[in-house]
Amino acid sequence: MPLEVDGKTFETDEEGYLANLNDWQPELADAMAEADGAELGENHWEVINFLRSYYEEYQIAPAVRVLTKAIGKKLGKDKGNSKYLYELFPYGPAKQACKYAGLPKPTGCV
Amino acid sequence: MENGEGVVKKFCYINRKAPYGTIYALESLEVVLIAAAFDQDISLVFADDGVYQLTKGQDTDGIGMKNFSKTYTALGDYDIKKVYVEKESLEERGLSAEDLQALKYEDEDDDWAEKDSLFVVGREDLVKIIDEQDVVLSF
Repeated sequence: MPLEVDGKTFETDEEGYLANLNDWQPELADAMAEADGAELGENHWEVINFLRSYYEEYQIAPAVRVLTKAIGKKLGKDKGNSKYLYELFPYGPAKQACKYAGLPKPTGCV
Repeated sequence: MENGEGVVKKFCYINRKAPYGTIYALESLEVVLIAAAFDQDISLVFADDGVYQLTKGQDTDGIGMKNFSKTYTALGDYDIKKVYVEKESLEERGLSAEDLQALKYEDEDDDWAEKDSLFVVGREDLVKIIDEQDVVLSF
């Protein structure tokens, strides 16, 4: 199901992950969130931007356990826990946030 | 399973092929990352042409494949702290530890101190390490 934003069409896979990593732009994340009935705030963006830079550095989307630990290190213990991350991304922080960030589904995610 | 605790086994993944040209290296890496979620005692071995998987400065532009070599440096985040590279395999290929990427992990219990997770070991020691494993998977 292709995603339409600002009159442009973007290819996605059957689960809604962006087909081409380089197509990503912030407006896509907002559009995907809207389709899920969510609105992205500053805290969401913190995680999305973190995931994008993690991918750039390591060429993988981190598993949720790795994400939680890394967020804790970068943004503080109060944010590096599952409760905080699941509140922001109820469909699963790694899965949902990676989708908004235009990354592939994390390795090891079923 | 006793007292609700999972059984922890020693898993060893042996990588013996060059990174590109076959899918073995990438598949092995994916399997390792998935297995890491199950809190097992994991070690990786790189021997024969497998040592090329860890070399620095890989450039895959010419072959149109994803350069997944950077992903090895994320192994520490996945709590994989034992990566053994066979010394003889390096020497036979004119390589040394300096040609390999630095692999580190951050010790959460030691104020995130960076510690080495890559060890160059001789063939005889490697035999002992492999001998101690419960499960050995060869790629």
